[in-house]
Amino acid sequence: MGMATEAQFHVLAVDDSLIDRKLIERLLKTSSYHVTAVDSGSKALEFLGLNGSHEDGQRNPSPASVSLDEDQHQQDVEVNLIITDYCMPGMTGYDLLRRIKGSSSFKDIPVVIMSSENIPSRINRCLEDGAEEFFLKPVQLSDVNKLRPHLMKGRSKEMQQNISKRKGMEEILTPDRTRTRYNELEVV
Amino acid sequence: MEVGQMQRRLVDYTKSLFMEGFLDGQFLQLQQLQDESNPDFVVEVVSLFFDDSEKLLNDLTMALDQPNVDFKKVDAHVHQLKGSSSSIGAQRVKNACIAFRNFCEEQNIEACLRCLQQVKQEYYLVKNKLETLFRLEQQIVAAGGSIPLMEMGL
Repeated sequence: MGMATEAQFHVLAVDDSLIDRKLIERLLKTSSYHVTAVDSGSKALEFLGLNGSHEDGQRNPSPASVSLDEDQHQQDVEVNLIITDYCMPGMTGYDLLRRIKGSSSFKDIPVVIMSSENIPSRINRCLEDGAEEFFLKPVQLSDVNKLRPHLMKGRSKEMQQNISKRKGMEEILTPDRTRTRYNELEVV
Repeated sequence: MEVGQMQRRLVDYTKSLFMEGFLDGQFLQLQQLQDESNPDFVVEVVSLFFDDSEKLLNDLTMALDQPNVDFKKVDAHVHQLKGSSSSIGAQRVKNACIAFRNFCEEQNIEACLRCLQQVKQEYYLVKNKLETLFRLEQQIVAAGGSIPLMEMGL
C-alpha cells in the first residue's frame, strides 16, 4: 500500500471493574494499541469532550484531531474505537453507545460492548443500535483481534474523505486532468 | 533442589490445579499476557482479585446479616465477585457465585447463607493454591531458572 506510517490506533476502554480494566488494557497494548481506560460512561464522555446533555468541546484541539464533517465543535483527542462493559452503575454501556451514536461528532467511532452475561435480547439490541461487536467476558486475545478490521475501516474512510476532498478541489482547478490525477492518487 | 526439579514440580502442581477445577483456561490467558515488559502481570491481577474478593466477602457477610436483607445488593456483590473470579480463571469460585445468584433471585436467605460459606471456602482454597504457585515460581527465578509456560493441551 502506498500509505505513510500510521499513528497507533487509540482505543478508549470503559469498565467499572479494576481487574477487567487492567485485563483489557493489557490485551489492547499487546495488540499495539494506545489505550485510555476509564471507570465509567460519564468519564468516557468527559474524555471525548461531550459534557452534560449538550455537546461542547474545548477550544484548542490539535489539527490532527479535527473531525472532517465538523461544524459545531471538534474532538478533544482522537479516539479510533470505544470498548465498553455493559453492566456499569449509573450509565450502562448501552447508554454510552446511544450517546455516542447520537452525537454528530462521534457517531462514526466504532463501539464494542463487553458483558459477562449471555443474554441474546441484550446482544441484539446493542448490535441493532450500532455496536460493531459484542464480546462475552472474559475477553480473549482472539476477540481483540476482531477489532482491527473496524479500526482499519475507520482509517480508510478518513483517507477516502481526504481523497474526495482533494479530487473536488482539482475539478475546480483543472477539469480536463481530473481523471488522470485521481488515478495517480489512487491508493492500492 | 535443582532448577529442573523445581520446574517439574511447578508444572505438576499447576496441572493439578486445572485437573481439580480450581483454575480454568482463563488463567492460561493471563500467563500468556505476561512477558518481559510486564513480568509481574499475573501476580498483579491476582493480587487485585484477592483484595477485591476479601472486601466483597465482608460486604456479603454484612448484607446477609441485616434484619431485612436487600437481595438486590447481595446479588450485585455476587455478580461482581463472579465477574472477577471469571476474569482470572478461578473456576470453582465462579461456579459457587453462579449458584449463589440463583438463590438471591429466589430470595432464599438460608440458601444464600450456605452459598456464602461455599464461596468463602472456595475463595480461601484458591487463594492458598495460587500463593503456593507463586512461591514455587519465585523459587525457580531465585535459583536462576525460567518459568515454564503451560501448554493449552495440558
